[in-house]
Amino acid sequence: MSAREMAIATAAGPSRLNRVVIYGLLLIFAAMYLLPLFVMLTTSFKSLDEIRGGDILALPADPTIQPWLRAWGSACIGVTCDGIKGYFWNSIKMVVPAVLISTALGALNGYVLTKWRFRGHKLVFGLMLFACFIPFQSVLIPMARVLGQLGLSNTTAGLVLVHVVYGIGFTTLFFRNYYEAFPTELIHSAQMDGAGFFTIFRRILLPSSAPIIVVCVIYQFTNIWNDFLFGVSFASGESAPMTVALNNLVASSTGVKEYNVDMAAAVIAALPTLIVYVVAGRYFMRGLMAGAVKG
Amino acid sequence: MAFIEIERLERSIGAHNILKGIDVSLDKGGFLVLLGPSGCGKSTLLNAIAGLQPPTAGDIRIDGDSVVGLHPSKRDIAMVFQSYALYPNMTVGQNIGFPLEMAGIPKAQREADIATVARTLQIGHLLDRRPAQLSGGQRQRVAMARALVRKPRLFLFDEPLSNLDAKLRVEVRAEIKRLHQQTGATIIYVTHDQIEAMTLATQIVVMKEGEIQQTGTPAEIYNRPANMFVADFMGSPPMNMLPGQVAEDGAHLIPEAAPDTPLPLPAPLAPGRKVVLGIRPENIGDDPTGAVPLRLDLPVEIVEPTGSDVFLWLRLGSALLTARLPGNAQPPVGAPYPVAFDMTRAVVFDADSRQRIA
Ligand SMILES: Nc1ncnc2c1ncn2[C@@H]1O[C@H](COP(=O)(O)OP(=O)(O)O)[C@@H](O)[C@H]1O
Ligand SMILES: [Mg+2]
Repeated sequence: MSAREMAIATAAGPSRLNRVVIYGLLLIFAAMYLLPLFVMLTTSFKSLDEIRGGDILALPADPTIQPWLRAWGSACIGVTCDGIKGYFWNSIKMVVPAVLISTALGALNGYVLTKWRFRGHKLVFGLMLFACFIPFQSVLIPMARVLGQLGLSNTTAGLVLVHVVYGIGFTTLFFRNYYEAFPTELIHSAQMDGAGFFTIFRRILLPSSAPIIVVCVIYQFTNIWNDFLFGVSFASGESAPMTVALNNLVASSTGVKEYNVDMAAAVIAALPTLIVYVVAGRYFMRGLMAGAVKG
Repeated sequence: MAFIEIERLERSIGAHNILKGIDVSLDKGGFLVLLGPSGCGKSTLLNAIAGLQPPTAGDIRIDGDSVVGLHPSKRDIAMVFQSYALYPNMTVGQNIGFPLEMAGIPKAQREADIATVARTLQIGHLLDRRPAQLSGGQRQRVAMARALVRKPRLFLFDEPLSNLDAKLRVEVRAEIKRLHQQTGATIIYVTHDQIEAMTLATQIVVMKEGEIQQTGTPAEIYNRPANMFVADFMGSPPMNMLPGQVAEDGAHLIPEAAPDTPLPLPAPLAPGRKVVLGIRPENIGDDPTGAVPLRLDLPVEIVEPTGSDVFLWLRLGSALLTARLPGNAQPPVGAPYPVAFDMTRAVVFDADSRQRIA
């Protein structure tokens, strides 16, 4: 080997080796993350017999949607055997208003805290930020009392209230940082043109807020949909959200353990957040970046 | 009674006095330029007039009525912002129509008005575009159109040309002047550019650190500056300043830089008084008529041709003076050059108070 060839070999060698190592590691990690999903999906399409007899990693030999139908419509949760569909709708009825209200309030707060500053605006924002760091557990008992006094214990409306209150800190933070970078001259100009508080918000600010609205909606949707602690604490029984119902389904100790039904139910529970990500995920990164650079 | 009257206007934030008692008056149809270095409070004053930042004390009257406390939209004032402040989500047409829409003017009337003002500013072909699709000069025109369309009683401009490149700046400057002459609008215009002020204003207010230094016509400000700050701020290259002492005869200055070369003063002063003589570059130079009595042969240190003029840096003792020659002059560097000093155009400042005394 000539000196020249050797030089080329050493120059090319490590970089190719590096790439193999990097991609190899990435593939291994990707597989580690994807494996549970793979097992969940394949298991949910297998019959119980096949699960008992077969290999956990094998593809279903005789795919069936029976477990999905059972999970949705007739699996037993507690004493009733109507599947998870009721609880799925509970979650929808909780998450949609909670996300909309907390996002709307966050946007209004951000607007006021940046463009209509008042004496003490920093303190108010500081307290809201502080709210983001209060652990869930510490507010459970006071919150239960408040809900009881409002007559909202064990209701979806009560859960909506809890999630709105808990979410406002985050949504306000998002919108405040986004609007901080929004040119105040535009607000001044609109004021001189005769637009009032809400007209400016609706006609000038909101049309430019799509990225941060998407961030907020995804963040809130994921958090509220996946919440278990508030759900199990404030809404048991008939009004329980999906996460609590799933736990009850999987943890029920009576009868045969139906892994395929459990898996199908779990996938159904995860589906809405997945859909939100797929539909709006592109904007999510863009919005986070915009906030990070400008704010 | 003037159309716009601003009286002892003050604004402070905390202990920081941004405006320290501003008095301004302007007649209908006038073009007032607020001129001063960055941070002197020009925008703050303009925003107080617009109603965007309330003053801490003082009064602002338009057409005899105080507008302090009136909402910005109720003052019948339009403003063109430095960043143009075009609404990014609306088309050019919607931008221009926005103030009309807010005033509740019906759509048909609005569109007629938009078309008229778009024709005046030659932006008719841009009405369906968004601000992001426009060049800087086009955005500037749209911003002016949005202000014009309301036919307000007062226009405010906050450094409207500072985001344009040099060539465009001259064009739009002429456009603003033409609009003023055509419409007879009353305008208050903020800039830190003395050329803009000179070319546009019927009246200039020079500000520094929240205080008015001088109010006057462009010619007054340029030829009879009230103090050394104004003298130095107006004109490029700036006025030559020679500190020194009034001679025994009271009619000459003994310059510190060159005690052997007494210079005649434009007016008699008390002997021994410490003063600063100011003379503009255009008052030092060639004198083809031979009418100017004071001539000096001064060594040329630097020659700066600009095309239309040639600026010379001349040595007078330990000081350097700038002189202006016609663009075709070719003075040799290093050699003495004979220049005439038109001392009748010179001004004198008190060395301590820095105010003009002659
Ligand atoms: N919100 C504010 N808080 C504190 N100081 C301010 C504020 N706004 C302006 N200033 C100060 O007021 C002074 C004048 O500002 P401004 O009117 O914008 O000056 P100009 O327009 O002449 O450049 C500056 O020194 C600036 O730092
Ligand atoms: Mg300014």
